[in-house]
Amino acid sequence: MYPSDLKYDKEHEWVRVNGDIATVGISHFAQDQLGEVVYVDLPAPGDSVTLGEPFGEVESVKSVSELYAPVNGEVVKVNESLTDSPEIINEDPYGEGWMIEIEMSEPSEVDVLLSAEEYEVFVTEEE
Amino acid sequence: MTERSAQIPSGAPARGPRRLIFETGAPESRCVEPPPLDVPELDLKVRLQGRAKIRHEMPMLPHVTEVEIARHYSHLASMNFGVDTGSYPLGSCTMKYNPRIGEDAARYEGFAGLHPYQPIETVQGALELMCRLAEALGEISGLPGVTLQPAAGAHGELTALMCFRAYHLASGIERRRVLVPDSAHGTNPATVAMCGFEAITLPSDADGGVDLAALDEALDDDVAAIMLTNPNTLGLFERNTLAINEAVHSVGALSYCDGANLNAIMGITRPGDTGFDALHINLHKTFGTPHGGGGPGAGPVCVTEALKPFLPGPIPVHLDDGSFGLAEPARSIGRVRSFFGNFGVLVRAYAYIRGLGGEGLREVSEQAVLSANYLKERLRDAYELPYDRTCMHEFVLSGVRQKREGGVRTLDIAKRLLDYGFHPPTIYFPLIVEEALMIEPTETESLEELDRFAKAMLAIAEEVSTDPALLKAAPFTTPVRRVDEVAAARKPDLRFRREG
Repeated sequence: MYPSDLKYDKEHEWVRVNGDIATVGISHFAQDQLGEVVYVDLPAPGDSVTLGEPFGEVESVKSVSELYAPVNGEVVKVNESLTDSPEIINEDPYGEGWMIEIEMSEPSEVDVLLSAEEYEVFVTEEE
Repeated sequence: MTERSAQIPSGAPARGPRRLIFETGAPESRCVEPPPLDVPELDLKVRLQGRAKIRHEMPMLPHVTEVEIARHYSHLASMNFGVDTGSYPLGSCTMKYNPRIGEDAARYEGFAGLHPYQPIETVQGALELMCRLAEALGEISGLPGVTLQPAAGAHGELTALMCFRAYHLASGIERRRVLVPDSAHGTNPATVAMCGFEAITLPSDADGGVDLAALDEALDDDVAAIMLTNPNTLGLFERNTLAINEAVHSVGALSYCDGANLNAIMGITRPGDTGFDALHINLHKTFGTPHGGGGPGAGPVCVTEALKPFLPGPIPVHLDDGSFGLAEPARSIGRVRSFFGNFGVLVRAYAYIRGLGGEGLREVSEQAVLSANYLKERLRDAYELPYDRTCMHEFVLSGVRQKREGGVRTLDIAKRLLDYGFHPPTIYFPLIVEEALMIEPTETESLEELDRFAKAMLAIAEEVSTDPALLKAAPFTTPVRRVDEVAAARKPDLRFRREG
C-alpha cells in the first residue's frame, strides 16, 4: 500500500524523486480517508510552491482538503487528466493519479521526508 | 423486495420520481381559459419599435390541467422528508418542530401585508415588534446592542466581523488575523476571509476544547478576534470560556461567539456574561422558523455597548413620546440587508419567545440537553464516543469500529437509518472526528421517539456484524434508493431540455 521507492509527508502526500524533480501525489491512506474524489484544484506550471504551505485542494463527496507542498520549488508539470477524471486519484494514487511535478530549489529537503516504513507507522498511529 | 414488487401491477404510478412537470400533460391542456380578447389587438413589434428584444418562439411552459398540477406537486411533497414526517436529528442544524402558532402570527394581515416603503406612522406595530424582539434577544444573549438585519447565520458572522474591523480601525490599529478553532463550522474561516482577515486555525485539546497553550502562542497585537462556537461543534461546553476571553481581551482583540448552538444554553448562561463581545443568533434554528430548504432565515447579531455604534442601520427604536422610529448608529458600517431583513422570521421568533416566556426557554434548553445525553448513554456501547463528557444539545459518535469490523462506513449507517424512518444525523462533521455521526435530537422529540431512534441505531450496529452487505446497499424503502453522489458532483445534470 505504501511503495518503498517513495517518500511521504505527514499531510499524506507522497514524493517520487528523480534528480531535482519531485513528482507529488496523495497516498493510498489519504484517498481512502477522503472517499470518492470529485474535484481537484491544482496550481499551474510556473507557480512556486512552499514547503508546508497549501498548493491545491482536493474535494471528495465527504469534504474539501488542502494539499500541502512536501518540498520548495517551482511547478513544472501538472496532471491535466485529473481535471476531467479525478477518480484516477482513487483508482491509482501512486501511478496515473500523480498531481504535480516540482523542480526542487533545495533537493536535499527530501531527506527529512518519511520512508515507507516510517509513514506506515505514522498512519497506524493516526487510525 | 423482488417478491413484493412482483405484486405491483404494471402501469401503477411510480412511488419514486415520475415525469417532470414539463413532460406532463398535453399541448391542449389548460388550467384556466382566459376570456376572449375584447379590446383591439396590438402588434408588439410596432408598439416597441425595436426598442426591446421580442422573442419569436413561444416559451416552453408546461401545459397541464389544474388537477395534474395538484397531483404533481403533492407527489413531490410525498417523496420529501421533513420534521413533519419524522424525526430529523441532524447535528448542528437544530431541526426541531416549529410550533404552528408562529406560522399563524407571521400571516396576520397587519404583518404579511406591509410594504417596506409605507410611512412610518402606519407601521408602528411592526417597529414595536422589532424593538421588543431586539430587547428580548439582548436579554437572552447578555449583549444589549442588536441588529435584526442579517438574513442567515453566516451573514450574521460577517456582520459581526465587519463591526469588529470598524471598531479596530476606529481606534487606529489595523489587525489582520482571526483565530478559529479546528472544530468550527466552515463558515467561520470563510467569514474571516470575506472580511479581509487571515484565518489562523487553533487545535483542539484532548477534551475537545480550545488548546490553551496554542491560543497563548497565537495571541499577539495583530489578532483582531477569535471566533468561538459555544457549545462547540462536538456538542461540548467550552470549559475555559472565561480564561479564553480574558486572554483574547488582554491583547486588545475581540471575542465572537458563533451562536449556532444557542438551543443548548438559553436561560442558563449568557454569552455576554462570559466575556463575548458579539454573538449571532440563528432565529430559524432556535426560535421557530422552519428551515433546511435554503431559507428564509434570520441571523441577528447582539453586541456589547462598546460595539453598538458600529452596528448596521437603521435600527428600530422606542422614542421618548412612546412611538417607534428608526435610528442610525453613530459609526454604522451601513446596511447589510435591504429594508429590515426577513421580517416574517422575526415575527415567528417573537411569537416563540413570548409564547414560551423566560422559564419556557430555559426548559427548552434543559430538555434539549437531557435528550442528547439520554441518547448518548444509550448508544455509547455500540459506537465509539471519542469525547466522553457530559454533552450539551448534541453529541458526536464515530463509526470507526463499524468501519474496521464490517467495512461499513458512516455513510452506509446513515443510509440504513432512512429505512428505519429517520433522517440521518450529520455525518463526516466535525472534521476532527473520523467517520463522525453528529446527533442532535432536540427538545421536541418525545421519550418514545428517542427510544425508537436508539433502537434503530442499535439494530444497525447489530447488522454491521450480521449482514454488512445489506447496509452497503441501503436504503431499500425510500422513493429514491442510493443516490450516485459522485456522478452528481462530477457530471451534474441541472437543466431540463426537451429532446429533439
